[in-house]
Amino acid sequence: MDVQSMKFLAAGMAHLGLAVTAVMVGLIWTTLIKTVGRNPACKESVELFGWVGFATTEAIGLYSLVVALITLFS
Amino acid sequence: MANALDQFRIEPIVPIHVGNLDLSFTNSSLYMVAAVVISTVFLTAAMRRRTLIPGRFQSVAELFYEFVAATLRNNASEEAWRYFPLIFTVFMFVLCGNLLGLTPYGFTYTSHIIVTGGLALFIILFVTVVGFMKHGLGYFHALLPTSVPGPAGIIMVPVELFSYFARAFSLSVRLTANMISGHIMLHVVTGFVVALGVWGGWVPFLGAAAIITLEVLIACLQAYIFTILSCVYLESALHLH
Repeated sequence: MDVQSMKFLAAGMAHLGLAVTAVMVGLIWTTLIKTVGRNPACKESVELFGWVGFATTEAIGLYSLVVALITLFS
Repeated sequence: MANALDQFRIEPIVPIHVGNLDLSFTNSSLYMVAAVVISTVFLTAAMRRRTLIPGRFQSVAELFYEFVAATLRNNASEEAWRYFPLIFTVFMFVLCGNLLGLTPYGFTYTSHIIVTGGLALFIILFVTVVGFMKHGLGYFHALLPTSVPGPAGIIMVPVELFSYFARAFSLSVRLTANMISGHIMLHVVTGFVVALGVWGGWVPFLGAAAIITLEVLIACLQAYIFTILSCVYLESALHLH
């Protein structure tokens, strides 16, 4: 197998971690909706945590995307 | 496929070579100058007529100020207030960088790891210097909280040291990866618009419109995350846990 095919394979494998990230981002929103559902008055206090949590979780998923891009284009 | 990464290429506009160093004025530098000019002109023009009860334009500038000020106040103590100009500058620089990349033919300088890495490394080094200035050599207590028993402490110190510097890495890669992935996705989808022509091109066009909306949200959110994490790191240096 030549280097280019291995690069494509490696990039594909690096992406598998994003599945867990997607599930966990959904989990953040689920928890947020449940929390606001139980106690609608606390919407302002938990909304911030929802956005910050979403951004940091997505960032960790994007680290694996960076690895995939590095293997593809170097 | 290599086409999608062409948008991140740095092209020198005014080549300046000093000996072996390449100090050219590039398109990245141009957009950084544009970000500085835009934020400075916007804020000074809005505060030109300073009234106690703000008019519409002044309210917008006060919105930016109050947003960052509230972030710093909520996440850091009173003595961190003297570092507000740094936090505000970081916020405006990252925000303008992210948003300028979404303009037509725009270049996102925050999508380069060297820019965000430099910014994040500066923040971590700054926080370290602040910690040493305030606590002297006692700043090493940040690595080992006093309530930890002996053997666990020996394992904890290298782990804590590593995680201390990994913060710079995560801070920079978070911003860069978000910008790179958003722009590549946008490039690919808008490529479909051209490829499908007049009759089918409206389908990916709607997708591109949705993605740009998401990208504006991500641009503002990532600038806010960078700022809030800088405030948290500053606070953790000033008040050791």
